[in-house]
Amino acid sequence: MELTEIAEIEIDTLLDAIRRRYDYDFSNYARSSLKRRINGLLIKEKLEMPYQLIPRILYDEEVFNRFLSELSVTVTEMYRDPEFFRNLVESIFPVLNTYPYFKIWHAGCATGEEAYSLAVLLKEAGLLDRAKIYATDYNNKSIDIAKQGIYSAENVEVSNKGYLKAGGMHRFSDYYTNHYDAIKFNDELRNAITFAYHNLVKDGVFGEMNLIICRNVFIYFDSELQNYVLNLFNESAISKGFLCLGNKETIRFSILKDKFATLSEGNSIYRKKD
Amino acid sequence: MPNSAIEVKFIAIGVSAGGFEALNTLVTQLPADFSLPIAIVQHRSVDSGGYLAEHLNLHGQIQVKDVFDKEPISPGIVYLAPPDYHLLVERGHYFSLSRDDKVNYSRPSIDVLFESTADIYRQACLAIILTGKNSDGAMGLAKIVDSGGAAIVQDPDSAHARDMPVAAINSVPSASVLSLSQITDYLMTLDKNQN
Repeated sequence: MELTEIAEIEIDTLLDAIRRRYDYDFSNYARSSLKRRINGLLIKEKLEMPYQLIPRILYDEEVFNRFLSELSVTVTEMYRDPEFFRNLVESIFPVLNTYPYFKIWHAGCATGEEAYSLAVLLKEAGLLDRAKIYATDYNNKSIDIAKQGIYSAENVEVSNKGYLKAGGMHRFSDYYTNHYDAIKFNDELRNAITFAYHNLVKDGVFGEMNLIICRNVFIYFDSELQNYVLNLFNESAISKGFLCLGNKETIRFSILKDKFATLSEGNSIYRKKD
Repeated sequence: MPNSAIEVKFIAIGVSAGGFEALNTLVTQLPADFSLPIAIVQHRSVDSGGYLAEHLNLHGQIQVKDVFDKEPISPGIVYLAPPDYHLLVERGHYFSLSRDDKVNYSRPSIDVLFESTADIYRQACLAIILTGKNSDGAMGLAKIVDSGGAAIVQDPDSAHARDMPVAAINSVPSASVLSLSQITDYLMTLDKNQN
């Protein structure tokens, strides 16, 4: 047997241990990037081989928490891909405006930057009062950060530029207060978003959504898991509900592609057919 | 020059500063029915959009595209890593993307593509380092060769920027060092020998 095949057994065994001990299933994550992240953790833990992680993770929950953070914390910022947000405001907000009340699910929200970006734009469109926004993630530490709505002021210039490019009509600084080197979003925005735990891999349907946003989460899943989650989104969306994926994520290669119409290929915006 | 009778199923190319001209020379000479898939990491800015693929499609025969996540790998297509995403190869002949941290200050990173290529294709791949001003790809090229794959580096003297080729040669002294036109000729021969 080749060494690479043995290494695969090692990873499978590690993932099986995690699934049985902590009920997190990573077996359908895109394997190559999963391996890179495991290697990243090995370096931090000063270990050499994935099998060495198994006893540590089984007997020390803190090591597992670090594993989870290594896997779940993604690079995220306000108004990343401003063209997407502009497209959202121009094409989808007018449709949401026809409902007296509507629900949005932001799945895989990480530390919440995009959820606040969205809430600000809804506020400017006069839609925030009618919106119920659920933002979910499978990492409770990320959710705690998101709930606080406090972020480093370091990136505020970049965020402001993104806000304007996205079609922001006022000043981004209208929506937060400064606290030394941090910004804190206003209560109105924080109260408009319900941050909650949800694991796309094992938790169920989130019902009757008018809009589901799940960006740059699919890239970490293999095709099988993407199909599974896409089906979950299909069942969670209302008829003619919207689905937004990351700019380089597509439903084109999925068996569920016929369930949705493509509204924007470049911004990966889809609409459930019926 | 590496043996052109080797069985290659996948070609990975890494290029940085001076890459637009180098790719404009190399890719536009490849025929539309080229028998192998080619994946390219070109370091470029986040907001450069799809210009590179558009340009190469306009001036060459072979189809060039920015990769979408989980895109199947097909022969006769040149796949570009999209700006701000790492490009990886997965078992089962498809790509995946990631927005993990930058590697060698780069996203996409050549090392990331090369490492997953070595992992999946083992001896059945060829990796090429072209012009550039950093050392991304040097470590990945070593992994390609460790797994039995073939390595080519653009001759630093003929490259627009020599740092990246020099770093790659230092990392893999056994790599074949060729000019851009020799690399093009080699790819054509490799293509002919596939059938």
